[in-house]
Amino acid sequence: MSTLEILHLNKKFGAINVSNDICISIADNECHAVIGPNGAGKTTLIHQISGMLKPDSGAIKLSGQDITNMGVPQRVQAGLGRTFQITSVLPSFSVLENLAIAAQSKSGSSMRFFANAARESTLNSAASNALERVGLEDRADVIAAELSHGERRLLELGIALAGKPQFLLLDEPMAGLGRVESAALVSLLLELRRSMPMLLVEHDMNAIFKLADVVSVLVDGKIVVSGSPEAVRADPAARAAYLGEGSQ
Amino acid sequence: MDRSLILGLLIFLTLLAMPFALPLIGQGYLTGLIIKAMLLAIAAISLDLLIGHGGLVSLGHAAFVALGAYAAAIALQSGIENILVLLLITLALTGFVALITGSLALRTTGVYFLMITLAFGQMAYFTLTSLAAYGGDDGLTLWSLATLFGSNVVQKGNGLYFIVLGTLLASWWFVNRMSQSRFGRVLRAARDNPERTEVMGYSVTRYRLVAYVIAAMIAGVSGLLVMQHAEFVSPALAAWQRSGDLIVVVVLGGLATRNGAILGAFFLVIVEELLGSFIHEWRLIYGPLLVFMVLFAKGGLSDLLTSKRRGNQVA
Ligand SMILES: Nc1ncnc2c1ncn2[C@@H]1O[C@H](COP(=O)(O)OP(=O)(O)OP(=O)(O)O)[C@@H](O)[C@H]1O
Ligand SMILES: [Mg+2]
Repeated sequence: MSTLEILHLNKKFGAINVSNDICISIADNECHAVIGPNGAGKTTLIHQISGMLKPDSGAIKLSGQDITNMGVPQRVQAGLGRTFQITSVLPSFSVLENLAIAAQSKSGSSMRFFANAARESTLNSAASNALERVGLEDRADVIAAELSHGERRLLELGIALAGKPQFLLLDEPMAGLGRVESAALVSLLLELRRSMPMLLVEHDMNAIFKLADVVSVLVDGKIVVSGSPEAVRADPAARAAYLGEGSQ
Repeated sequence: MDRSLILGLLIFLTLLAMPFALPLIGQGYLTGLIIKAMLLAIAAISLDLLIGHGGLVSLGHAAFVALGAYAAAIALQSGIENILVLLLITLALTGFVALITGSLALRTTGVYFLMITLAFGQMAYFTLTSLAAYGGDDGLTLWSLATLFGSNVVQKGNGLYFIVLGTLLASWWFVNRMSQSRFGRVLRAARDNPERTEVMGYSVTRYRLVAYVIAAMIAGVSGLLVMQHAEFVSPALAAWQRSGDLIVVVVLGGLATRNGAILGAFFLVIVEELLGSFIHEWRLIYGPLLVFMVLFAKGGLSDLLTSKRRGNQVA
């Protein structure tokens, strides 16, 4: 059964076709990578799946449920998690509180006005779990604005994980990371991908060959090739469109 | 114990002692001034929920004080005297109006939110001036006041003083408690990064609307007590300058701090009284004083009083 299904998605910005009849189907526990040159429409695709942008036409289904007309929070409640290409965390919250509030949204009503949220052990242990998963244990009480770029990328992922998603959208998780940080993140994602289906947008070809089951090449809003990493690597059209440019 | 909590307790103990202490030194009339400051503080606490915790700068908050005052005054004129019934009427009306105006205003943020709340405030102002049956422009003097089941303890002197003090304590406690709660956390998250908050699964507008309604209801309660204290209501209560004063109080006291709104309110009332007794044009001095305070006491009065003293040199 496919967890995420994207059917004939179309989106234009003025005259530019940023999504041109995109169809993607991602099975349980599958990692589907989308690669493509800058401006190909990768982020726009993720925005449409997460609900931040409305497609002009087409449908999106999560575990069989049509989510095309749902708002952003409803999609998250339905099981979608995502990270941003440009890091997006709560800057004045501590690392732990960033994770705790992410867990809070999946743990009963937040229309509670009296009890001290920082003392809720279920939320704190969910936050600690996510903290360990991304390896930020030592930084729990640091204010997010004071983290290094690499740490903030990890927190970004941790926030998505703390929300216990059934499906993960990752928009260039390695963006701006050094070699060592990148490698650490790849092994973290390798672990994750066994338990969670994901759509991964990434420029780092080494990461993609390690992680992806299926790779789609997006050029000017259109998927030009889709297949196993090896098949895509061998495909002349993909090479011409993207790989030939040399990986970045 | 944390310093701001100690400061809060000190403030409330002082306020509790005032009605007993002031007459001893022959200054009993000052309780009226303290009531005024406490009423301002209640409205400011509710506005801090929006500005400090929610990041929503409203320039129409005084309208809810006025609505609360008028709702109570009009109900009183039509024969409803019990202050608890008036309280319910005030809460219902301000809550309802906030629900409607809030769901429109909260489609915007930033300067647009400021503009639209200003517009709603002006609408309230002109609506009140058009109530010819209730004094129009001139306002309405009340010949009878609210009672508590027929008793006049809530009308004057210490009875009213303690009612206002109790309401201040309740608002202070409630807003501080709420800021630590799940709800307050979501509200702060939405202030920090609304997009991320939505992608965490929260409908930001819904939480903001609830905060807006709660803030309006607390402001309405202060309006009810303003009516009871002044024995008079007028459209001037809804003037945008009053909303501006409330913003000044909140910022000066310290945004999203435990005691900032109270400190700011007392500062404003005391400065107004002191300067006003020397010169008529007291605002000429007040203006530069504000500029000075905002520049040199960035965390507000609350920060000045509670943060550990630091030298001028950065450590
Ligand atoms: N809100 C917008 N309005 C108009 N055009 C936009 C908007 N957002 C993106 N675009 C344009 O749409 C195209 C696709 O942008 P998108 O961000 O999806 O690319 P991308 O594949 O994620 O690129 P990158 O690898 O640089 O992240 C670009 O040409 C971009 O300039
Ligand atoms: Mg992008």
